Amino acid sequence: MVKGKVWKFGDDISTDHIAPGRYFHLRTNLSELAKHVLEDAREDFPERVEKGDMIVAGKNFGMGSSREHAPRIMKLAGVSCVIAKSFARIFYRNSINIGLPLVELKEAEEISEGDVVEVDLKNGTVENLTKRKTYKFKPMPDFILKIVEKGGIKNYIKEFGDYFVE
Amino acid sequence: MGKTIAEKIISEHARKDVNPGDIVVAEVDIAMVQDGTGPLTVDEYYTMGFDALKVTNSILFIDHASPSPRKELSNAHRKLRDFSKKAGAFLSDIGEGVSHQILVEKYVKPGDLVVGADSHTCTSGALGAFATGMGSTDVALAFGLGKVWLKVPASLKFVLNGKIPDGVFSKDIILHIIGLIGADGANYKVMEFEGEVIEQMSQEERFTITNMAIEAGAKSGIITPDDKTREFLKSHGRESDYKEIKPDPDAVYEKIYKMDISNLEPVVALPHTVDNTKSIKDVEGTKIDQVFIGTCTNGRLEDLRIAASILKSKEKHPDVRLIVIPASKDIYLKAMDEGLIKIFVESGATVLAPGCGPCVGVHQGVLGDGERVLSTQNRNFKGRMGNPKAEIFLASPATAAASAITGKITDPRKFLT
Repeated sequence: MVKGKVWKFGDDISTDHIAPGRYFHLRTNLSELAKHVLEDAREDFPERVEKGDMIVAGKNFGMGSSREHAPRIMKLAGVSCVIAKSFARIFYRNSINIGLPLVELKEAEEISEGDVVEVDLKNGTVENLTKRKTYKFKPMPDFILKIVEKGGIKNYIKEFGDYFVE
Repeated sequence: MGKTIAEKIISEHARKDVNPGDIVVAEVDIAMVQDGTGPLTVDEYYTMGFDALKVTNSILFIDHASPSPRKELSNAHRKLRDFSKKAGAFLSDIGEGVSHQILVEKYVKPGDLVVGADSHTCTSGALGAFATGMGSTDVALAFGLGKVWLKVPASLKFVLNGKIPDGVFSKDIILHIIGLIGADGANYKVMEFEGEVIEQMSQEERFTITNMAIEAGAKSGIITPDDKTREFLKSHGRESDYKEIKPDPDAVYEKIYKMDISNLEPVVALPHTVDNTKSIKDVEGTKIDQVFIGTCTNGRLEDLRIAASILKSKEKHPDVRLIVIPASKDIYLKAMDEGLIKIFVESGATVLAPGCGPCVGVHQGVLGDGERVLSTQNRNFKGRMGNPKAEIFLASPATAAASAITGKITDPRKFLT
């Protein structure tokens, strides 16, 4: 279960929006890079985001580069979950691997900025506590859910020593 | 049930019959990182306690910020150099060129499974490999375990028929396709390309097609290898690496797109998404401040040849900066032998050492506020070239060269004889 206050973004938020290339030299200094997270989509975001906040966005969130730094600095900045209409593939995989939960929700646009939302990853529900409305989504496959629950693929491999996808 | 090329390659590397939607573990032939993603991979590799590389070809490329423009990046480069020495990985240092070009020149074979901490790893798919971009941690695990987990993607087939019109190039064709299906039109899928148009294309032109599969969200782009692939490998001293691999006649595709490109006109992608495409006539005359010819998309020898044929004995517009970067050392040397570099320098271009150059926004051509660039790269996202207040237009090397001469976006057909 994760619960948080919503920040709203539009369609096609790219990894260049999330971790701009002009801070390329900060990729070895993630806490500094996190001070610029999403600033090209919304200038005040890095300063105002609080621990536990959630991002709700349109389609194709995270399109573009393979830079894992993008989900990592979102997590570092306090983002607890991203709910979007759809995600770009590499961003989705990177987020799972580092233990940032993602929810693909076709009704994402019905959630407004500032709403407080509770997500149950296992049972596949998003509850908008502000609007008193509940949505269902298809939970992640067991293998992927297990990676998220362990806090990322690194913990998973440390515990099991290998991938077990069956 | 028949299989697509991607399903065949993943089945072979997972040592079992796979179907779209399956989550499997597959062995890796080639794993790579670059200087943007590599330092994190090295850290994770050591954190995991790995001490031996389990992939035959583990390669570290220094191409994104090469040579280094600042000390933080110089230290990141040191980390990669130290790791490659200690662990026994291959290192491709400054001056060698862009990873994806070097991968196809020296390493990738048809039928290989390639993972790279760079989204344009899909470029190698034009050799008939399953090549896909991942993050730093995934590649650290590939280095240490020799395998990755994969969800088997469904395939989309693109049948491209007709005759490629004069002045239209593979860049125009792939921009047209992305404009048609959208920036997420192939999300999680493999884009397999075939048809008369692919048969007409050289191997170099095919790399431009698969390079940009990620811009439609695809996991990989694939082309069935043929005699042109064999020729390409032969010209790089690797004919014995050629292998036949093709989809079964009854392979199942999620969707088949058929298009005739005989009447296609040069295409330009407008800011700030790659699928925001227009025909050249709709944007002609847009004033530009910079032109960039290069990158893993269009910095190949044939690209430089076409650009030089347009720029020969002409000068770039005085208000435009023209930057040219050959994608690899091999291309640079051949371009010198053919006199192309001389043509560029005489036209007023700044020719830089092989590498990614300004495409990532790190150095060598960062734009000013309100400026516009016409680039042959693969992305025009806001901020991509180092300034969110600038605008990036994408086009073929021919359109780029013609526009460098006039100072505004120009139909290259006016310069072709």
